Amino acid sequence: MNPLIQTLQEAFPEKVEAVEVSNYPTVKIAAADLVAIMQYLKDEQNFDYLANLCSIDYPEEDAFEIVYFLHSLKEREKRIQVKVRTAHNRPEVPSITAVYPGANWQEREEYDLMGITFTDHPNLVRVLLPDNFEGHPLRKDFKGVNVKP
Amino acid sequence: MVLEKMDGNDSNEKDRKILAEANIFFTNLQKLFNWGRARSFWPLNYGSNCCPIEMMASGLARFDIARFGYEVFRSCPRQADLLVVAGPVTIKLRPVLERLWAQMPEPKWVVALGNCACSGGPFKDGYSIYPGADSILPVDVYIPGCPPRPEAFFYGLLELKKKVEQTDYSRYDEWKKAKKLAKKEDKEVRKRREKEEERL
Repeated sequence: MNPLIQTLQEAFPEKVEAVEVSNYPTVKIAAADLVAIMQYLKDEQNFDYLANLCSIDYPEEDAFEIVYFLHSLKEREKRIQVKVRTAHNRPEVPSITAVYPGANWQEREEYDLMGITFTDHPNLVRVLLPDNFEGHPLRKDFKGVNVKP
Repeated sequence: MVLEKMDGNDSNEKDRKILAEANIFFTNLQKLFNWGRARSFWPLNYGSNCCPIEMMASGLARFDIARFGYEVFRSCPRQADLLVVAGPVTIKLRPVLERLWAQMPEPKWVVALGNCACSGGPFKDGYSIYPGADSILPVDVYIPGCPPRPEAFFYGLLELKKKVEQTDYSRYDEWKKAKKLAKKEDKEVRKRREKEEERL
């Protein structure tokens, strides 16, 4: 077990589930604990850099998974992957823009292409596609549209 | 002196040769204007992916677009008469492109540079890209390639030069109408093709 995950589990008992991923410390948490755990990771564990934020569609498991990749610029080679799951019919995750301001546009992109709502986001509008676009193209059940003049 | 050489009884051909030696040429205004138009396109400084990189290369010393007189890339559409659609046209870009096109003074021409501008390229079935610049603009010359080499770009421009030299812009309204009709026909052809595709 990675010592970092052990510390995290001690700080948040029964809320952090370790996932076996080779060469990348990974934890799975509930959406309700997301902001608190992110704040802890930033303040206590020196994770000052949100490198990436992405989401995965699992239609068979009826879920979306949002993955946060955190790096530390202060401590070398310290990194962690945080995974959060949300329901497929009503995907909602709390926004972490209050902790990492850099998540703003990344969350907008997830909202744009995957259709995940980030609650308490300051400006949750489409960022890549035009505002009148219908649907979320990176979802697996997206049927595709005919772009016609 | 030139007139002395001409006896007046010979064929036009001989007279012309004699006059040409004295740097005197006969033509009409239409041909003269087209001669100028076709040899000095002012392209708009526009591009939206990797094709403009080749366009930039064609403007630099190695390929040197100035050999043909097309080097005056304008940043303002009001000074340009050639729109080189370099790269894919997304649905978000459409209003911008239409506005640029509307701002350009006539006569004006469109060149579709690269596969994306010709047909949509690899993004043809995508959710955000038009299948070719001809979906929204009357394209004169298509230059395929991904991206086309500067030589291909020059070849396309020289084809456009031929086209411009043959067009009668004095009856500009008729020409414009014909162009619009052609566009309508294109749409009808496309509709028919789509129907056939659905049937299959």
